[in-house]
Order: sequence, then structure tokens, then C-alpha cells
Amino acid sequence: MQTDNLELKKLVYLYLMNYAKSQPDMAIMAVNTFVKDCEDPNPLIRALAVRTMGCIRVDKITEYLCEPLRKCLKDEDPYVRKTAAVCVAKLHDINAQLVEDQGFLDTLKDLISDSNPMVVANAVAALSEIAESHPSSNLLDLNPQSINKLLTALNECTEWGQIFILDCLANYMPKDDREAQSICERVTPRLSHANSAVVLSAVKVLMKFMEMLSKDLDYYGTLLKKLAPPLVTLLSAEPELQYVALRNINLIVQKRPEILKHEMKVFFVKYNDPIYVKLEKLDIMIRLASQANIAQVLAELKEYATEVDVDFVRKAVRAIGRCAIKVEQSAERCVSTLLDLIQTKVNYVVQEAIVVIKDIFRKYPNKYESVIATLCENLDSLDEPEARAAMIWIVGEYAERIDNADELLESFLEGFHDESTQVQLQLLTAIVKLFLKKPTETQELVQQVLSLATQDSDNPDLRDRGYIYWRLLSTDPVAAKEVVLAEKPLISEETDLIEPTLLDELICHIGTLASVYHKPPGAFVEGGRGVVHKSLPPRTGSSESAESPDTAPAGVPAADQPSVIPTQGDLLGDLLNLDLGPPVSGPPVATSSVQMGAVDLLGGGLDSLMGDESEGLRSDVGGSPAMGGGSGGFAPAPGTAVPSNTGAPLGSGLGDLFDLTGGVGTLSGSYVAPKTVWLPAMKAKGLEISGTFSRQVGSISMDLVLTNKALQVMSDFAIQFNRNSFGLAPAAPLQVHAPLAPNQSVEISLPLNTVGSVMKMDPLNNLQVAVKNNIDVFYFSTLYPLHILFVEDGKMERQMFLATWKDIPNENETQFQIKDCSLNADSVSSKLQGSNIFTIAKRNVEGQDMLYQSLKLTNGIWVLAELRIQPSNPSFTLSLKCRAPEVSQYVYQAYETILKN
Amino acid sequence: MIGGLFIYNHKGEVLISRVYRDDIGRNAVDAFRVNVIHARQQVRSPVTNIARTSFFHVKRSNIWLAAVTKQNVNAAMVFEFLYKMCDVMTAYFGKISEENIKNNFVLIYELLDEILDFGYPQNSETGALKTFITQQGIKSQHQTKEEQSQITSQVTGQIGWRREGIKYRRNELFLDVLESVNLLMSPQGQVLSAHVSGRVVMKSYLSGMPECKFGMNDKIVIEKQGKGTADETGKSELGSGKQSIAIDDCTFHQCVRLSKFDSERSISFIPPDGEFELMRYRTTKDIILPFRVIPLVREVGRTKLEVKVVIKSNFKPSLLAQKIEVRIPTPLNTSGVQVICMKGKAKYKASENAIVWKIKRMAGMKESQISAEIELLPTNDKKKWARPPISMNFEVPFAPSGLKVRYLKVFEPKLNYSDHDVIKWVRYIGRSGIYETRC
Repeated sequence: MQTDNLELKKLVYLYLMNYAKSQPDMAIMAVNTFVKDCEDPNPLIRALAVRTMGCIRVDKITEYLCEPLRKCLKDEDPYVRKTAAVCVAKLHDINAQLVEDQGFLDTLKDLISDSNPMVVANAVAALSEIAESHPSSNLLDLNPQSINKLLTALNECTEWGQIFILDCLANYMPKDDREAQSICERVTPRLSHANSAVVLSAVKVLMKFMEMLSKDLDYYGTLLKKLAPPLVTLLSAEPELQYVALRNINLIVQKRPEILKHEMKVFFVKYNDPIYVKLEKLDIMIRLASQANIAQVLAELKEYATEVDVDFVRKAVRAIGRCAIKVEQSAERCVSTLLDLIQTKVNYVVQEAIVVIKDIFRKYPNKYESVIATLCENLDSLDEPEARAAMIWIVGEYAERIDNADELLESFLEGFHDESTQVQLQLLTAIVKLFLKKPTETQELVQQVLSLATQDSDNPDLRDRGYIYWRLLSTDPVAAKEVVLAEKPLISEETDLIEPTLLDELICHIGTLASVYHKPPGAFVEGGRGVVHKSLPPRTGSSESAESPDTAPAGVPAADQPSVIPTQGDLLGDLLNLDLGPPVSGPPVATSSVQMGAVDLLGGGLDSLMGDESEGLRSDVGGSPAMGGGSGGFAPAPGTAVPSNTGAPLGSGLGDLFDLTGGVGTLSGSYVAPKTVWLPAMKAKGLEISGTFSRQVGSISMDLVLTNKALQVMSDFAIQFNRNSFGLAPAAPLQVHAPLAPNQSVEISLPLNTVGSVMKMDPLNNLQVAVKNNIDVFYFSTLYPLHILFVEDGKMERQMFLATWKDIPNENETQFQIKDCSLNADSVSSKLQGSNIFTIAKRNVEGQDMLYQSLKLTNGIWVLAELRIQPSNPSFTLSLKCRAPEVSQYVYQAYETILKN
Repeated sequence: MIGGLFIYNHKGEVLISRVYRDDIGRNAVDAFRVNVIHARQQVRSPVTNIARTSFFHVKRSNIWLAAVTKQNVNAAMVFEFLYKMCDVMTAYFGKISEENIKNNFVLIYELLDEILDFGYPQNSETGALKTFITQQGIKSQHQTKEEQSQITSQVTGQIGWRREGIKYRRNELFLDVLESVNLLMSPQGQVLSAHVSGRVVMKSYLSGMPECKFGMNDKIVIEKQGKGTADETGKSELGSGKQSIAIDDCTFHQCVRLSKFDSERSISFIPPDGEFELMRYRTTKDIILPFRVIPLVREVGRTKLEVKVVIKSNFKPSLLAQKIEVRIPTPLNTSGVQVICMKGKAKYKASENAIVWKIKRMAGMKESQISAEIELLPTNDKKKWARPPISMNFEVPFAPSGLKVRYLKVFEPKLNYSDHDVIKWVRYIGRSGIYETRC
């Protein structure tokens, strides 16, 4: 090690790096030389020593590293400084605490203002990496001054340094559009750099900051124009880089299609492109296909369909089908092209063509059925499940036009058990369809398939579908016809678009692996490193940012946050059960994981119809626990009753009335919490739902705002609740009058009643909701404030109150503190009265105001309350007595919410 | 950032393995071999994710270079780095082959240590690297302090690609404008698509730190000058053509000051020593198509095809095109071909399903013709012959885009030589890219 031969020294150091870990004690002997070398007159040796020391990951050595590193960070030679900057990142990786304690981070920050561009670049890289593992820390304190320094260094440093700086710039959030524009102006020259990574990183910065520029700005248009040529040029790079560029262009095209809309030709596939480039180009071609260029695109695609690579050919054929669905005017040409391809009799081409023709039939019903005959000729050559299933679907769907449909299907039936599930299911459906269309000739066939599916098959899906058909057909053939031959929803135009919120995140990761995989970094990076969620800056000047959704009110505990239900399976079972299960009697058939002591109370609860109050008090606990084991020692759950006379029947009428008045009508009703986001757009393919609950003059409603943040129009909305503790259910269907266009939102007030099925939830006020639209079904759960269930006739007579208070055992009494409330007794009682909590008596005991209050829930449970108010003390004491003590906690929450708002 | 870098031979044996980050274990080496090099199917992507570890690979002849990472790295940068790595190795020891890698084992580790620090690429310009990483071994005491600091300031400085103190007795520079012209033409002679992708390659043997300024007949510049006061520099220099061309897009070597190009559209730089690619560009407007192909295909009955192809050269008669080759595709069921051509040699190549017509040289404004009779085997195949396009190869001594070098000025403030002392050579070569005419 003491040698002055630099080359030899390097080799020794390399050896140390590799073997230090296995022999830490030996490595420690080298420390002295390292420290000595860090003071060598030759800067190359100083840098080498500090670089190597950082790579020796032995704890004992790192301690000795601190002093030399500190010196090297302030070395006069830039080469040493730039090496030391990276060494801080190395040390941080080994011992983060040490780096913070030694103050290296501040020194590193100072290096950002270094005179040497390469030192700046390495310092930026090191700080960015350290900052990534501490997302909260404000390490890279980016402000206009430091940004300016970075932009200056950008012009001078090496290509790699430029990448570090640009990637760092992309994390900055300019404070207004003018700053964004000035940064963009200084970044645009990088678009002509020969290094593709510099270009892509510059594109990332521009794409991100563009979000902040107003579209009316001249500069916005110029910038769009400037972006296209460099992106096209990336396609002349080496194939691996082309691949990275294409994956990114795929994202850019989805985000801002206007940039490359005229550049279709450059994505035409070249004969000697590697396969991965070809497939990506094809994808982008379809995205860019429009009426203007469709002829060219089709000619190309037809060309590709005769290539050799099977995957590529398949994708090309599929692309033709997608063009047909996307550009209506071209559909006819696409179909004839597909027919030409079928004529080639190349097995996989034919199969792929049939699969896409099925989709075209779906999109344009009753238009191209003339081609069915040609398709039928190729029946024998189909050997892939998907193609067979598609063909069977076509035969079943158009059975009335195919004379020998029964023969065709029968031929498939022979080898029924050898088919894949997909084909079996399709065959079953197709034969049932055929039977419904031509009942006379096909009775035997349908019986055969039903028995095959139900008796001889082990597949539960197949068996169940078989049984459903069988029962449908045997009980009500007319209904069966309606169900099986129902009109199908149209298929959407753009398939496999990336969901908008994910797309925005990926735009922030242009050039990186995330953009290559089209996955957020969290999906492939281990641990916390680099998974900081990035998002595009909000567009300035648009109305969206002004009315950002309010966060949950302060008084509501954190658990109140809406949550999206993760396990859909269980819930789905429940929702199904809600539809099909018997409405009143019997214990619930399906049990979900969330239910603790599931109680079916309707049977018993019905008799506790609230005629007079005493009866209501007498027994509101009618049901019996269905899952006794799970709820051992648990007091009986609240009973259910048909709501009292002021409830739902009247409610739905009034609900309509309030629809007209919209949100203004809160004056007469109880407190309404501000709307919170229940279902974020990210989890629901672009549908965002926010809402709140309100009660006005006896009617409960759920006030919703549906916002479409996807790219496609949403329609066919419907809503359904899972069974819940108080039987809340929609009183009317969810009515969205017009389809919801992208970026539009609609406010709906959905009237609710409490006659739905009951199941105890945990927490008690949990409501699981399913919302359906033309895209999918989404599930979320939310907590409703209990005060929406406080009925208007909840005022108890004095004597009654006293008697009941005594009657309820003391262990049912719960005490709560309501803190920081500065109201006096009178305003408290008037405020509470607005939400149907009635003050029965008021006493003044030793300077304290005692309010005695009563309230009644929609299911007839009475809750009695004593509220102690001390004039000097902002904390109230609330004692609640109830026969079903588990509601107390939620009543308390309601109190708190009402009083604090 | 990059966690490790491996070099494999075609069998999947590791030749070089350098790990920069702790999260990359030894098993990563094997994972890549098993899943990519020895994979049964052809690899479908240059980026592979195996057990949350991402592998980027490029292949040079039968050597695999793989960069490994577990983080969300800048993918474009990793590939750029791998290419750079190949360039550096080529510059040091020539062709990248198993033997060369084994022979330069120490050198490669030394390079890897220098150009990649903790996975962050550092200065990777060969010119600079060669000053302190050599195969001879440097003894530190032999260097003076000035020399050492000169090296470090160059490696970290603004001009990392050139070392100071270069001296030539004769200051000379060569400029090659290399273009490839691409065309797709309809049978009626309508241009469906045409573009030129060009490169300007410079070979410089200049002393000191010369400041260069490069000018070409770029439309934007010419128009700017036309408006403003006439700039005299543009007129008396190399090949002053009146015409200007519209450049769609261009990229530059890192030595070019991009901000200056963006604001003034002037190309100024201090060149690396030796050969480098100064710029790449793309044009689509007003392209001079050196050749026009006029096809005539006639089907005579079901078993005979008559093909006549005329090629016309469309450039100054004084210039000569070279290496001309016309490829006329024939149907799959061709049984025999008779060819008559006025110039050159033509042959039917059954294995390629094409008639290949070669002409060694052809002057501008000439025309030549080939006619062929193709006998076909009768088939009951309903499928029509797809008639692939006729393609062409050639080389011409001018730039089909119309690009002209207007000047390349050299200033060296410290040394005593002026622009006039520099010997400058300019050469234009236009080649065919994909040059096709449908028939």
C-alpha cells in the first residue's frame, strides 16, 4: 500500500474493497495508510483514498473516515471535492446518523454553490439521494436562488452532471407560472444535446412545469412545438435507448397527444428494428391513429401482419381491430382488411382476426354480420382458447342468422371436457342463446350442455352458470330471454389507457425505470428508497384548485377518515346477498369478515313499532345474536324498527323538495359536515366521490359530488349499500341525468331511508357503499355521523325521563368529556335542538348548569343525557344512559361534532 | 443509481464484476445469466426485472454488458453510460472481445473505478481519461505539481473532453458531412415520405485550446442575417451556396455550447482532439432525390410477368454516383427470369426472390434501363402477390439535404496561429438509407 505506483495502489485498494467485509480486522490495519493518503500532495491519490474508504463498509473504519472526509470536502482541488461529495452519500448509506451528527449535510449543501460545475453536480446527486431516504426533511432546500445556481451549472457540467441537475430540478415546484416559464426557457437548449438521457430529463422538467403554464400563453404553444423534434430524434438512437424513449413517448402521447399528432410516420416499423422496438412503435401508432391518418396506418398494419415474428403479427392484427373501434369511419376498411388476412389462412393470423372481429361486432352491432359466413369457414383451424371462445360467442350471438348454428355448436360440444374453461363457459352461454332463439330444434342440445356443465364438471364457475341457466329456463323462459339476450353495454373506445392519476405520477418519472415499466416506483423498489409519491403541480388559473375538497373537520377523530374497502370479495358476497337473500326472516346467509356480532334483528325488531314512548323504551332489543361466539359478553345490539311516522315515507317526498333547494336548506336541519372525499379517483378508475350526510325535517340524505377525472365519459350510475347497523338504504335510485363528461362533476342529493336490512357493523356507524358506472363497480366505506338518525319526536316527558333514567342500570352509563367548548347552556341547548337533541330540563347546581336531554334514534333506541356545564370551564361533562350502551360512544361523537361547528 | 456492472462472455461466464452498492448481492450475477443469457426464448426487452432487481443490458459482438440496480434509476442514463463504457473500452484497446477484455482486466477495473463512483457516472471522456489512466503505469513522483493539478482541473472542468498542451506542427481539420437519404415513392412517382438523417463528423488536429465556430446554410441563420446587417463572415468561405435548408431537428456533441445555439443559433465549441461526431440532424423538406426509379410491371397471362425499370440520375452531370444497386423483387412462384440491361450487371437471385442489378458508376442526368421477363409457375393459390417495393442503394458525392458547410473558423488566442493557417478539408457523402419505390 505504501507504493508510489498509482496503478498498483489502485489494485491494492480494489482488493481491500472486495475483501474488507470478510476480514474486517485486517482491513482496519489499512486505515493508517488511508488517512495518510488523504493528505498526499497528489490530488489524484487524495481522491482515490477518500473514494475507496467510502466503499469499505466496515463500521470501525467509518469512524476514522470522518476527519479525512471533512478535510477533503474543503480541499482546494475540485477533483477531490467532487469525489468527497459522493463519499458523503456513501457514508450516509452506511451510517446515516453519523453523517447528520458530523454536520456533513451542511457542508454538502455549501458545495451546491461551488465554483466547479462537476462538484455542484455531484453534490446535487448526493443530496438528492440522501433526501430520498428522508422524504420529510428539507435537505434539498430548493428556492429561486439555488435553482438559479443549478441552472447556471447546467450549462457547464458534463453530460452526466446535467442529468443529475435536471432530475433534481424536476422535483422543484415553482411558485408561479412566470418562474416556471423562466426555468423552461433555460432548460429548452438541453433538448439538442446528443445524450438521450439529458434530452429525456429535460423533457421531464418541461412536461412537469408546462402543467403550470396557461394554455393561452404564446410560450405554451412554442414549447409544445419545441418538444416534438427532439422526441422524434430519440428514435434514431441505439435500439435500447429507442426502447426507453418509446416507453416514455407512450406516456407523453397519452398525456399530451397534441405534441406528436403529426408525427405518425416516424413510428412506422422498420424491417430490422428489434422486436421490442417494433411492439412499442405499434402501440404508439394505435394511440396516434385518427381519422386523418387512418388510411396510412391501416396500410402499414396490413404490411406488418405478413411479417415473421408471431407476437408482432398478432399485435398488428389486434391493432387493426383497435383502429376499427377507435375511428368509426375506418371500421369498414378495417373489417375488409381483416377479411383479407383471414384469407391468408395463416393459423395465428386467422385466430387473432376472429378475436378482434368479435370486438368489432360488439362496438357496431348489426353492421358487419355479413362476414360471419367467412368466419365460419375457418372454424376448424382454431386451436387457441381465446379464438375458439370468440368464435363461439359470435355463433351464439348471431345464431338466428347462421343456418347451421346448432351443428356448429354441436361439433364443439363433442370435446367439451377437453376445452379450457373460457371456451366451456362461452359454449354454455352460446347454446342457451341459441335455444332461446330457436327453441324447437335445439332442446336436446341445450339439455346436453346443461347436464355436461352441471353434472360432469368440477369447475364451480361452470356449474353455477349452468344451474342459473337451468333454473332460469325452467322457471321463466321469458325472463331468461330478457336476461340472456339483454342488450350489451358498448365497449369503450380506448383500451389499455393508463389511469390518469398514475399517468401523472409516471410523467414525473420520465426517463427512469418507472416510466419503462409503466409502474410507480413503489411497485419494484424495495423499502422506502425512492418511492416518494410525486405528482404534477396543479394547473394555475383553473377553477379546480380553488375549490379543493375540505379536509375532515377538526373534531372528528382520525378513524373517521373514509377508507376504501380492500377486500372486495367479502363485500361482494354481502352485496349479492342483499339482492338475492330473503329480506326478512332467517339469519344472514353470507357472513363477512367485518361483522362482529351479526344480529338479524328485523324479526324481533318489527314488533317494537313506536306507538308510544314507553313501549319504545320497553324493548328495543329484540333480536338474537346470530354469531354468539364472537360476541360473548357483548351487550345486545340495537334493535331495528320501521321508522316512526316522521321517517321515510314522508322523507322521500321532502327529499325531492330539498333537491331543489340544494345545499341551502341546512338552516332548518341538523348540522351538516363539510364534504370529504370518500372515494379517491386513484382507486376508482378516475371516479371521485365526495360527500356528506344531512338530515332535514325528518329526511336523511346523502349529498354526493361525483367527479369524473378519467378520460372517458361515465354513465349508468347506480348505488347500493351493504347491510348496516341502522338499515340505511337509498330511498330512490341514484339519478345522474346526463352522462358525466371528463373533468365534470355533478352534485346529487340521495334520499335515504332506514328500512334496509340490518347487520351490526364495526364501528357501528360504518357504511359500506358500492357505486357502479359503465366502467366498473367500486367499493368504499364511510362513517356517517349518528345525529342524522336522531328523529324529530325524540323529546321525552319529564316523568318518563326520570323513570327511565332510574330504570336503566348504572353500568349502562358512560361519561365523556367535551373539551374546549365555550358556549353557554342556552346556546348549547338551542344548538343541539337543531339536531333533534331535546333539552327536557335545566337545573343549576352549585354554579353548574345541568342539562337533561333526550334523543331517539330511527330504530327506536332512546338515549338519555346529562350535560354538565361549568361557566368557567370550557370542558363539558356528558353522561349518557342507554339500554344499548354501544351507541353511546357515537352519540358522544355526534354531540361533539354539533357543538364544535 | 447503478448498483453493479458485469461483463459476460457468450457462455455467460463473468469476465468483469464490479459492485458499487450493498443492495446488489453475488446472486445477481447468476440471476442475469440464468434468466437472460441462457433464457430459452429470445430476450424481449433490454430491461429485465428479476426479483425486484433491474438489469439493463447491451450486447457488443458476443459480449454482454449488464448494469444492475434495485432503485428507480434514470434508465436512459444507464444505457447512455453503457454505450459510453463501450466507447471508452474501444478507445483504449480496440474491439470489445473476450480476449481483449481478459488482457486488459486491470485497466477495465481501473476505468470502472474512475468513471463510475457509487453508481454515479463521472467524467467519461477518453481524451481526459487517457491523461491519467494509462497502461504504462504512472509513478506519482514523476509528475510535477502543475501537471497533477492540470489533470484534475481538466477532469472536473468545463472542457473535460480536451486536454491542454496539445501541439501539432500542422494544424489540420477534416469535416465529413455524411447523409443517408430515405424515400418511399408511389408507382406514379409521388413522394410518400422522404427524409435525410445526417451527421457531421469532425477530425481535428489542432494545437492548444482552439475555439471553433461552425456555420452552415441553415435557413434560420441565413434569414436572420438577411434581415440584420449583412454579416461578412458568411460570404467568402467554403462553398457559399445561396440556397438555405430547413433543419427539422439537430443534436450536438457535448462540446457545443447549447445555450448559445438556442439564443443565437451559432455553433461554437472547443473540439476534442481527434475524431468525433459534431452534430446529427434531420431534414424533410426540399430533399434532392439523387435517383428516380420508374417501374413498369405488366402481367401477361397467369404465367408471365414483364418488368421494366428505368432509373434516372438527378444531379450535376459532373458528379459520379457509385455502388448503385437496384433490387427488384420477384414473385415466390418464379420459375425463370430473362434480363436485359443497358448498363452494369443484373442477376436473378432465387434465394432472395429478387433481381439484383448492379452498376459501378453513373454520372448525373443520365438514365438507364432494365427489362426482365419473369416466368411463373402456375399455382392455384388465390393469394395475390403482395408486390414488395423496389429498393435501391447508392453513394453520391454531395449532400442530398442540400446542406453546405459555410465556414469553420478556428481561433486560438494563446498560440500563435490564425484561422488561415489551418488546413481544412470538407467532404460530402450521401448514401441511401431505405430508398424504395412501390411498383
